[in-house]
Amino acid sequence: MALYALRRLVLAVPLLVGITFVSFVVIHLAPGDPTELQLGEMSPEASAHARQMLRELYGLDQPLVVQYWTWLRRVAQLDFGRSFAPDGRPVLDKIVERLPVTLLLNVIEMVVILLVAVPVGILSATRQYSLFDRVTTVLVFLGFATPDFWFALLLMLLFGVQLGWLPISGLRSLNWEYLSFWRQQWDLVSHLILPVLVATLGGLAAVSRYMRQSMLEVIRQDYVQVARAKGLSERIVISKHALRNALLPIVTILGLSLPGLVGGSVIVESVFAIPGMGQLMVQAVYQRDYPVVMGNLVIVATLTLLANLAADLVYGLVDPRIRLAGRRGRR
Amino acid sequence: MPGRALALLLAVAVLGGCGAEDAGPAAAPADGARPPGRGPAPAYGDTLVEALTGNVSGLIPNILSDAPSFEVAGLLYNGLVKRDRDLRLVGDLAERWTLSPDCRELTFQLRRNVRWHDGHPFTAEDVLFTYRTMVHPRTPTAYREDFLAVETIEAPDPYTVRIRYRRPYAKALQSWGIWMLPRHVLEPWVREGRLREAPQNWHAPVGTGPYRLRELRAGEKIVLVANRDYFAGRPYISRVVYRIIPSQATIFLELKAGGVDVANLTALQYRRQTEYPAFRKAFHKFRYAANAYTYLGFNLRDPRFADRRVRQAFAHAIDKRALVEGVLLGMGREATGPYRPGTWVYNPNVPAYPYDPARARELLAAAGWRQRNAEGVLVRDGKPFAFTLLTNQGNDERKKVAEIVQASLREVGVAVEIKTIEWAAFLKEYIRKRRFEAIILGWGIGHDPDQYDIWHSSKTGPDELNHIGYANPEVDALLERGRASCEERERKQHYDRLQVVLADEQPIVFLYFRDALPVVASRVQGIDASPHGIKFNFTEWYVPEARQRYTSE
Repeated sequence: MALYALRRLVLAVPLLVGITFVSFVVIHLAPGDPTELQLGEMSPEASAHARQMLRELYGLDQPLVVQYWTWLRRVAQLDFGRSFAPDGRPVLDKIVERLPVTLLLNVIEMVVILLVAVPVGILSATRQYSLFDRVTTVLVFLGFATPDFWFALLLMLLFGVQLGWLPISGLRSLNWEYLSFWRQQWDLVSHLILPVLVATLGGLAAVSRYMRQSMLEVIRQDYVQVARAKGLSERIVISKHALRNALLPIVTILGLSLPGLVGGSVIVESVFAIPGMGQLMVQAVYQRDYPVVMGNLVIVATLTLLANLAADLVYGLVDPRIRLAGRRGRR
Repeated sequence: MPGRALALLLAVAVLGGCGAEDAGPAAAPADGARPPGRGPAPAYGDTLVEALTGNVSGLIPNILSDAPSFEVAGLLYNGLVKRDRDLRLVGDLAERWTLSPDCRELTFQLRRNVRWHDGHPFTAEDVLFTYRTMVHPRTPTAYREDFLAVETIEAPDPYTVRIRYRRPYAKALQSWGIWMLPRHVLEPWVREGRLREAPQNWHAPVGTGPYRLRELRAGEKIVLVANRDYFAGRPYISRVVYRIIPSQATIFLELKAGGVDVANLTALQYRRQTEYPAFRKAFHKFRYAANAYTYLGFNLRDPRFADRRVRQAFAHAIDKRALVEGVLLGMGREATGPYRPGTWVYNPNVPAYPYDPARARELLAAAGWRQRNAEGVLVRDGKPFAFTLLTNQGNDERKKVAEIVQASLREVGVAVEIKTIEWAAFLKEYIRKRRFEAIILGWGIGHDPDQYDIWHSSKTGPDELNHIGYANPEVDALLERGRASCEERERKQHYDRLQVVLADEQPIVFLYFRDALPVVASRVQGIDASPHGIKFNFTEWYVPEARQRYTSE
């Protein structure tokens, strides 16, 4: 197992280099260049001169391959360079100050989705076509079809303006520093309730439908019939025999959504004024801030590769057949 | 959604402004705003929360060009001169100044009681340093031109600065509204050409202004606290918090819930959603014309648009009043030229183009566009009059303008196709390369009437701002004379004539100046609403003790 993991890790390196090279070329192919936006608004006397100066500063006057090589060598030493934005700050600083917020929001979101969607999926599968199944089906599709920003504004209007129970936007109250420790925690939680609610809406629908589908398939299998025939209670049949198999597709989905944890949702972040990764990335793309875009991509690509690996390894844990097959295959 | 909603090409320096010695005629007070309260006595304290839609891109404004940065930096720094409520230039860090009769020698006497936020005294050395920073070849600034005009600059004593210009320079005085930078902290950064990377551009700005930076959280908020040692006296409001909220809808909800005290409204919000009593009670509403106009521009290298009659026909075909009504719900003013109505330079006596489709058809016919094809589109030499109108993506207002223009021109037999393009690509691939037929764009204008860079025929090069390719010898001469004179009455003559020529020629169809529509929480007193804005006397705004909401410090 360890050897297998190691081999996969080593193989991931050239893959990562390939991904970054393709991304690097693609982002440079997009029309517009970073000096354009900063100097488009400058006085013309300055701009011809200043534009050339900035191009040299950023190394944009070099051939693309040279630029990529310079960038790659730096990244190998974990130096992601400085942002092209007028603040000129290190890319790593910009990402690090935003990552915790996005991670927090997305981890909570994922946990909530799992806690709600898995039981809902199981229940609607075991009681297929019952009232519960029908109601959740309708609700889940409503949730799936509802536009995020619209739902968010309705919630803000109700809980923030009309009832005044929850803060509307941001992460912390203005008087945060002056609050006691527990008050600070509550303040943060209360700011997160609405964004998490909105963010989970779409994911909830997808995961609960997958869970229902997979459960439906599993409970028709022979071994579940056998378990029932043995006289086991329905509870044990479902939770011990069926669930373990039905969870396999969910593990895949989880594995695939791990990279999304650092991505951040632009819509949720904009509407709730949360300073996360989504906003950073979108702004970087609009400003053609290549170092920030690439820094972000490296992190997401690395996580995707790691997540794929983790998902494969977890498969082995959940499903002994895959583990055995793997061993046999390598012998 | 691109950060800047009002993606403007800011032409001339966005700074303070220009030489208006006598005040322009004061326009009507901000519509719908209650007169500034002469209420209870001023008191220190309270916090004001202001919403910004975009993040600041730095805190040394001399090397920046985005509106949020200017807004925040305006409270952190001072210039030698500033604009008062009537846009007159008055002393800021300079106590007084003299300008020689030939307009070439400017001498400032500086205030003696000014200290930087770190306690270091402000002297003429800092003025010289700011000058050197602005002309340093590796300072990425947009405002270098103003300082390249300087011939010599010297400080005979620590509180006197003497500047000599190569030739009379109309913008000499106003250019010293530039934010002064501290030599004792920034000198090495400027020398190495790394001013952007200085901590003063991010979390540790050092200015002389009425507020200091307390906290800066990227994308979240910026907290300023009153500078108790401010040379002009401690400001009343103790804390100013800028909250970055990208969504206009969220800002509006925060206003209603009391989470934001100062914000700009959209026309729809101003007209339809804030007229109920509770809102009127909670907020002062203001309205004044912003320093930017929207236009329909043509590529004048295109023979169809090179014909003045065609452009005049378009001006007649577009109902500007309906445009302002439809796009801005009336929250704007029709533009007759490139200057804002109500300013000293504005000339109301120029050829007008009332909405008149019949006249438009006549003018088009005179230009040879007589026949129509099966779709009702005008045809000349077998070719239909059809073109593509470009504008940038993410600006709903411009998109609506484009649609109304499209419908209006269809009426007179011209087929228009609209294309919206992402901002960066739009600038680089279309504007810079002159690959457009017609555009909807805006110009932000400074306080000085000099618009040499936009209209002069020498400014049509690839990286220059006369991208429409306008060339008119009379306009060139007027622009040259206007910027070489510092006598306001004389300048006014040149610019009056310039406006007549531009109105007659219609190198672009001037559409409208939009209104800025800010609201401020009603507990704030002392706001002096002028027709040019509300922030002139920010340090005099206060909240009476009984109405203060936040305790700070």
